Amino acid sequence: MAKVLVIETSWCKGCGICTAFCPKNALELVGEKVRLKNTNACVLCGLCELRCPDYAIYLKEVSK
Amino acid sequence: MPSELIYNYMRIDHLPHIWCAGCGNGVLTHDVVRAIDSLCNDPDRPIPREKVVIVSGIGCSSRAAGYLDFNSMHTTHGRAIAFASGIKIANPELTVVVITGDGDCAAIGGNHLIHACRRNIDLTVVVFNNEIYGMTGGQYSPTTPRGDKGTTAVYGVVDRPFDIAALAAGAGASFTARGDVYHVKETTELIRQGIRHKGFSLIDCRSVCPTYYGRKNKKGDAVQMLKWQKENGLPMKQYRALPPEQRADKYALGILSRNEYPEYTEEYQKIIEMAMAEKGKEK
Repeated sequence: MAKVLVIETSWCKGCGICTAFCPKNALELVGEKVRLKNTNACVLCGLCELRCPDYAIYLKEVSK
Repeated sequence: MPSELIYNYMRIDHLPHIWCAGCGNGVLTHDVVRAIDSLCNDPDRPIPREKVVIVSGIGCSSRAAGYLDFNSMHTTHGRAIAFASGIKIANPELTVVVITGDGDCAAIGGNHLIHACRRNIDLTVVVFNNEIYGMTGGQYSPTTPRGDKGTTAVYGVVDRPFDIAALAAGAGASFTARGDVYHVKETTELIRQGIRHKGFSLIDCRSVCPTYYGRKNKKGDAVQMLKWQKENGLPMKQYRALPPEQRADKYALGILSRNEYPEYTEEYQKIIEMAMAEKGKEK
């Protein structure tokens, strides 16, 4: 199983926690919504999912 | 669509929740979900999901009971532990988790808290301690640090704050611990252990309220408040190794006290059996 990063934009309140604590600086806020700025930088560590207060960003398992 | 975990354990038709951007309560609720999920899927001793009950009182924290998809009860201000005690005594096989805030638990509900601790009834109390009354507009609570500001303390709080975990331990709770928002994995594990513990367990979780506490006290936004937790929340061993003068803003994370005392509903059952045997003899 592979993992992908999923963002539920309608639930994002733009607090900036995921962007601040992303160890690879792969996320950014655009108009108070989070966006994956650099797909290659994301190492799928899941720290954003751990600390998102709004359950708006998470790793999803997908079959290759 | 949310993650599978959120989809399975939360009432997603009630989401997104009403908590402010960056509110620590959302993270702590996720911790509770992860802790319960790991116990429901424990291969050795799984807790049946339908036997889990979530009880809350009033305040921002207490909205959690509405979002969590278990048997849940959103009760009156300060009385969550009283309702939970009734639920547990009537059905001791249930796993009862109380989600409460610092005001709900230590101010209006303070008396219920200490007496539930004293009884050592098998409840798990997760305190979302944001050090302020958020829902009603930022009044200072029993855990607001001395000198900090609230809408009812414009020059700073004069009262000394409660350490809820120490209060619970002093009142006889058999498991007390401290977690926070930043240290997600550690806090989730403390909640898991608290639920597993037989007897009264309390996990005092430092939440963050950027909207009222943060703004009133110039602590910055949610990110800055979490960075503060990252720097100041220390594992127990590390905290104890510090000389007292360096502890100032630091706080210890982990299990603060753990004892084996007789559990209330088990002792109560013994009384029932003894009384029934006496009654049988009379006939």
